[in-house]
Amino acid sequence: MSDRHADAHWALAHHFENLEQQREASTLGMWIFLLTEIMFFGGLFTAYSIYRTFHTEGFIAASHTLDLVLGGTNTVVLIASSLTMALAVYGAQTGKQKMLMLCLALTILLGLTFLVIKYFEYSHKFHLGLIPGSGFEQNWIKAGHNPALARDAHMFIWIYFALTGLHALHMVIGVGIMSVLMYLARDGRYTPHYHAPVEVSGLYWHFVDIVWIFLFPLLYLIR
Amino acid sequence: MKQAMNSGALPATPRVHYLNNDYGWKSWLLTLDHKRIGILYLISVTLFFFLGGAYAVLFRLELMTPQGDLVSAETYNKMFTLHGVVMVFFFLIPVVPAVLGNFLIPLMIGAKDVAFPKLNLASWYIFNLGALVTLYAIVTGGVDTGWTFYTPYSTTYSNTNVVVTGVGIFITGFSSILTGLNFIVTIHTLRAPGMTWFRLPLFVWAHYATSLIQILGTPVVAIAILLVALERLLRIGIFDPALGGDPVLFQHLFWFYSHPAVYIMVLPSMGVISELVANMTRKSIYGYKFIAFSSIAIAVFGFLVWGHHLYTSSQSIYAGMIFSILSYAVAIPSAIKVFNWTATLYKGSMSYDTPMLYAFGFIGLFTIGGLTGLFLAALGLDVHLHDTYFVVAHFHYIMVGGVVMGYLGGLHFWWPKISGRMYPEGWGRFSALVIFVGFNLTFFPQFLLGYMGMPRRYYAYPVEEPIWQVLHVMSTAGASILGVGYLIPMIYFVWSMRYGPVAKPNPWQATGLEWQTSSPPPTENFEYSPVVTWDAYNFRPKEEPISAGTLKPGDQPA
Amino acid sequence: MQVRLPFMPEQASTFAGEVDALYLFLVVLTGSIALAIAILEVIYAIKYRRRSPDEVPAPIKSSLKLELTWTITPLLIVLFIFTWGASLYFKLYRAPEEALELYLTGKQWMWRVQHPNGQREINELHIPIGRRVKLTMATEDVIHSFYVPAFRIKMDVVPGRYTTTWFEATKPGRYRLFCAEYCGTSHSGMIGWVVAMEPNEYQTWLSGGSPTESLAARGERLFQAKACNSCHRSDGTGRGPALEGLFGSTVKLQTGAMVKADEAYLRESILNPSAKMVAGFPANMPTFQGLLSEEEVLQLVAYIKSLSPRPATNIQAAGGAASAASPAVPAKSKSSGE
Repeated sequence: MSDRHADAHWALAHHFENLEQQREASTLGMWIFLLTEIMFFGGLFTAYSIYRTFHTEGFIAASHTLDLVLGGTNTVVLIASSLTMALAVYGAQTGKQKMLMLCLALTILLGLTFLVIKYFEYSHKFHLGLIPGSGFEQNWIKAGHNPALARDAHMFIWIYFALTGLHALHMVIGVGIMSVLMYLARDGRYTPHYHAPVEVSGLYWHFVDIVWIFLFPLLYLIR
Repeated sequence: MKQAMNSGALPATPRVHYLNNDYGWKSWLLTLDHKRIGILYLISVTLFFFLGGAYAVLFRLELMTPQGDLVSAETYNKMFTLHGVVMVFFFLIPVVPAVLGNFLIPLMIGAKDVAFPKLNLASWYIFNLGALVTLYAIVTGGVDTGWTFYTPYSTTYSNTNVVVTGVGIFITGFSSILTGLNFIVTIHTLRAPGMTWFRLPLFVWAHYATSLIQILGTPVVAIAILLVALERLLRIGIFDPALGGDPVLFQHLFWFYSHPAVYIMVLPSMGVISELVANMTRKSIYGYKFIAFSSIAIAVFGFLVWGHHLYTSSQSIYAGMIFSILSYAVAIPSAIKVFNWTATLYKGSMSYDTPMLYAFGFIGLFTIGGLTGLFLAALGLDVHLHDTYFVVAHFHYIMVGGVVMGYLGGLHFWWPKISGRMYPEGWGRFSALVIFVGFNLTFFPQFLLGYMGMPRRYYAYPVEEPIWQVLHVMSTAGASILGVGYLIPMIYFVWSMRYGPVAKPNPWQATGLEWQTSSPPPTENFEYSPVVTWDAYNFRPKEEPISAGTLKPGDQPA
Repeated sequence: MQVRLPFMPEQASTFAGEVDALYLFLVVLTGSIALAIAILEVIYAIKYRRRSPDEVPAPIKSSLKLELTWTITPLLIVLFIFTWGASLYFKLYRAPEEALELYLTGKQWMWRVQHPNGQREINELHIPIGRRVKLTMATEDVIHSFYVPAFRIKMDVVPGRYTTTWFEATKPGRYRLFCAEYCGTSHSGMIGWVVAMEPNEYQTWLSGGSPTESLAARGERLFQAKACNSCHRSDGTGRGPALEGLFGSTVKLQTGAMVKADEAYLRESILNPSAKMVAGFPANMPTFQGLLSEEEVLQLVAYIKSLSPRPATNIQAAGGAASAASPAVPAKSKSSGE
């Protein structure tokens, strides 16, 4: 806007003094956004912990209907994607354009792998009718589970779908962000001097991974 | 007096500032200027204020007689619900931060804009999207659950537009989160050289504390409302005991946000009052650090008191005790503020101009509102008072007596900066007085009604209690005075934009960076980047503050 | 404390005076604080008004001592109020061991009362004065709140659980009973009356109603009608545990946990049997969720309570109230009032 920025970096917004300040602002902004996200998931985690206390046995029984292998695989996939994401940021910071592009692509690929596995998990549940709603209890009994726990298992299942669904939504958004980032990065837009968008997106990606690191034991492992 | 001060040194030629640099509608709807976005918010929230007020007028009329005769019970229930929803989510929460905060925070810290201007504009659009969805819910039948959406009434029994209203509130919540995020980052990263944390105006401290609550609390209510919507649509038993859920869990999630939300509303107004008290008495604020930290303390303690809405809801006695003692703890920082404001007046040079009258009104009404909070936090007494008109009176003293008084005081004080014109001082003082009188007449009788046992949200009340009707009639009379009181400033503010005397850069001889640029400020806020070498409220600088961007009194704004 | 000032509701329970005492104390305390602040502001406003347009007063340095004074003094004051309020709360919500037990059900938009002797009322609640009355409350639909201003008591009635409250009326009369939690269209019409009577009049009233079977007897009939007795046999040979002596005892669960068999436990075990499984019994009881109204559940609970000797004394006593000269009722021998 004003002419004193005529020789400034193209990415520098008019109201920042320099790129360093701008980077600091966007990083802090993302951290604060992640705080908000923690509270967002926090409401559901509260519901989980309260209802688990009320209906412990139903939760345990329902947890056994989840596929530990698929869940475990997904955990490994996400941890791997965190590594590739970290390497992508490193690539941007050090100006290694090829590394940046490759690692972004890998991150997207791993993210999609997670979503595909999740899709199979979900579709299996849909197939059995073990989904939140009025038909759950019949399907639960039809599947040969303890009828006495049908109601409590239903509480687990809706929390499972709410938590993993919200998480999957974040994954979809994350994959979208990475794709945009890759598209923008193709001509070497991000340099050791300017790479805040990669860094900030990385923070988001790691956050989504960490949420899963909590979800996996809570939903699959404590039985 | 003011006019005399202003008659000197009028700018001879029109100058380019943020208001006149472009006139097209695009220049407003696509603006990234925090000052223009502040004005966009001003228009939005004012519309909602009068919508919410219209509901209030209607149900106050209904309550003049004990029988339900003006409207039906269904209509009455929808009206108080929508009054609450509109006033809380679309007026009180955004009003001071989004209007005054948006306009002033960058100016006060010497920045050119907020950290994320696009996000700022986006949050205005998100606000209006949420508002439109809620309006759609109103037009297509309204909602009757009370603004608290208690389950299982809201999930299972109400036949009204709960889901659509919930979606509207959910969307608007993001606007609040993004505003808070923007302010925190702005305050952290964009302070001018030399503007240390303890040189910040207290208005900024208050908004920092507010923003913390916005980013931490709003997502929780968002998820709670989302769960209500899910439950209504899918009947999955989230809050239904027959299916294993717990209806009281909703109350916990709801108040975890909605109690701190009270502080989202009142903290920014407290920030305004700190500015007014210091600047209208030309005294350095008494106990700067105590006021600053009391804002943070309120934000922190505010998150730990939600259970005081549940004393009679069958929560454990011991939980009640913990929430009670924490509620008393949160009273202390508020008291500290009131004492420090009073101490600031001591040996000051007190102006009787409109902003100071509002500041006086705020201190008086907020004190009453706060002190009646002591009644409600007392466990055994709250059992009697809970859900009666005593509660209604208490929170209106905080929200209307506190928040709206602070907002109007601030709007008068910064109007010269916002519009470049002075408002008519005589009318200003007159309307401040009308509002003060009308307010007390409306809400004081409600304390008495409450202790006598009148429950809230009652469409009709027993005929055999003549004194109840007397108090209700007083309250309705007060509400009509209050309504007129609110209309007057709206009229003269609009009038003054064209006909008001042109304002000087610093008509109040106030401190603060916002007064060191021209009125209205240029788009980039300051002609030159300011450098701060003095503390806030430094009315008697030992040495002339040196700052490249400072306009000395009498300077011709370029 | 038995003063009635203007703008105060009638005092008709043992709590009323105590709640009013705290209220009046706070009125005086906060009134003086507010007045002191107001006077100070007015004095300052007059004394330190601006004398010339460019006047700038001398700055004053804040004093830490003063700041701490007005931080710590209010803290002590509010701690005092807290203690007072909390001790009152304990009294209000800690139901006494010995009390006349009544059962109240909220339903959009009426109050239904069941007396132990089987008397039923709608929107009226007859009670004797000078005797502790304990209400066990349930709701058929949304949250309601039982509120009698003259008694200064209020308790939410929450779906899915029992809530209780208690009071002791001190003065005969008719007192309004409000629903204080918004419950839908006719929320403001959900008003009833508590009729407090002299004990002997109360007796007359109790025996005056159409002779009905007691609450426990009605519960017993339901117990048979729903075939509960085919599994819960009194000799312990059934597929479910025997219920004799169950109420008030401690039950060992399959999980190893021990729970006290109170009203809430009985209710949960009827509506959701799998929630707390008794050790040594299979999980084969069907749920009665949706098959029984809250009123019927209360009848069953009253019946099961009547199978236990001790805590149910007053139920059986008042329950046998077809005979007006039932020995337990003249609890008026206790000191009534203060």
